[in-house]
Amino acid sequence: MSAKQTKKKSAAAAVKPGTKKPAATAVKEEKKVAARLIPIYIMGKRYEVPEGLTIMKAMEYAGYVLIRGCGCRGGTCGACGTVYRKPGDYKLQVALACQKTIEPDMYIAQIPFFPANRALYDFAGLTAAPEEVFKLYPELFRCVACNSCTKACPQGIEVMDAISALKQGNISEAARLSFDCIQCGLCTSRCFGELAQYHMFQLARRIYGARIVPRAEHLAEMVKAVDEGKYDRFLDELKKVKEDELKKLYQEREAEPMVAGEDWKPKDTTYL
Amino acid sequence: MSLAYYPGCTLKTTARNLEEPAVASMEALGFKLDELPRWNCCGAVYSLAEDDLIHQVAPVRNLIRAKEQGKNELVTLCAFCFNTLKRANLLMKEDVEKRNTLNSFMNEEIDYSGEVKVVHLLEVLRDEIGWGTLAEKVKLPLRELKVAPYYGCTLLRPREIAIDSVEDPTILREFLKALGASPVDFPESTRCCGSYQVISSPDDIAEYARAILNSALRHGAEALVLTCPLCDYNLGRGQKELMKKQSGIREMPLLYFTQLLALALGLGPRVCHFGLNHGSPESLLREKDLLPQVESVQPIGG
Repeated sequence: MSAKQTKKKSAAAAVKPGTKKPAATAVKEEKKVAARLIPIYIMGKRYEVPEGLTIMKAMEYAGYVLIRGCGCRGGTCGACGTVYRKPGDYKLQVALACQKTIEPDMYIAQIPFFPANRALYDFAGLTAAPEEVFKLYPELFRCVACNSCTKACPQGIEVMDAISALKQGNISEAARLSFDCIQCGLCTSRCFGELAQYHMFQLARRIYGARIVPRAEHLAEMVKAVDEGKYDRFLDELKKVKEDELKKLYQEREAEPMVAGEDWKPKDTTYL
Repeated sequence: MSLAYYPGCTLKTTARNLEEPAVASMEALGFKLDELPRWNCCGAVYSLAEDDLIHQVAPVRNLIRAKEQGKNELVTLCAFCFNTLKRANLLMKEDVEKRNTLNSFMNEEIDYSGEVKVVHLLEVLRDEIGWGTLAEKVKLPLRELKVAPYYGCTLLRPREIAIDSVEDPTILREFLKALGASPVDFPESTRCCGSYQVISSPDDIAEYARAILNSALRHGAEALVLTCPLCDYNLGRGQKELMKKQSGIREMPLLYFTQLLALALGLGPRVCHFGLNHGSPESLLREKDLLPQVESVQPIGG
């Protein structure tokens, strides 16, 4: 569900927040199409809200003012982790409130924050040895492979496999598997062994990025060249160019194609 | 020939000296130990509580991973993983009620009812390769090396999952003979090393080791051969404690069976990672001319 669609529907509904009247009565003459109101339950209380809203918008429609538990509204900050159940289904469902569209009779509760042990460490002293993770997060070994963490991940991460990778000393694999983690903490809220998976993964990605991935030597060379003023002359030239000419230069510039080989070079190599 | 293989967490960290010589040796024997693409902890220890099914989830999930890959046999290397996986498999095969509970708990996975056979690498060597064939492949016979086979518990107990006779196991003896070594039988070869008891009573670790190592020594052993990282840890640490308490004790080298296998097959010390052993075996092996200096005589690549 895109934000655009949501806007369109809620605008079409033209129902003032708080009014519980069916929208149909308000649109007798005008040719507006009213959004259907559907019942949802927020923390156990029933509300009727226009269908098509995200959980977050529906909560706001119902009168909640969110000062925590909402952030980017774009599904990337991890602030709006939410659990819900549907009637007749024993399964607990998870979502990000800003991404999931409401469904009739959902029972919703947001879990914007979940207490989790986060180890303190001086990163400068850490190596890439598996034992670094074991020492900082010994509860890692409490995992019983129940897989509840994976089922609770709104990002579809194989959380339990990533925890297994850490136990196996494979920090790179844990970093790779957890790459999409947005630290919402829902895995931790469901953990039988009381692990703080998302903090462990952050440590794994930090170690991976700083200690395992090979350094990009060409980057250091490039930074050195910039520092030494290799490109100052070209920038000075550009600064003198008039706006129209600058626009033209920008539009006509030769850009690297989306898919290019390692050895790609522009036709004009004057500036390399 | 490819064999589905379950390593276990310890073999990827502190017991790489158990795994790496095994993988290299099996390759030399024409078998690929094909690691499961997905696996988790084996459960570490088999839960004995009747109704404690949550601790069966981990081993069963690994068996499901093997079944998903279309495998009907799963080779293990760590004696503890072998024990946990094989017992969980037996449970899934024989106890319908618990099987149903576990399958319905793991409703994100395919159903499992004990289809995969769990075997230990020693069984592969004995039953699929055979001692005779193994002996023929030996390039560096471990002549004059007097090794006491130490089984510990988990390959032999309980009886239902034992890889050999519970009372009088011979599989390690036959293995050592095939490699050209001289096996030294001793009465403590199946006595417990202390297992996880040492966590709750760490002071006992030396006493567990004392009985086993003294017995092996009295029967003329120069080294102990092991199959389990926990035995290695307990005996190794226990021995260090004993040496601290009493001077003049000569350290008994502790070796994994896979390290001896790799040496005998002529693969050299590099794959054996002797640096990770608790009881250092290198001086003994050098004494017996079993450590070819492959590193120093490597020809310069042209």
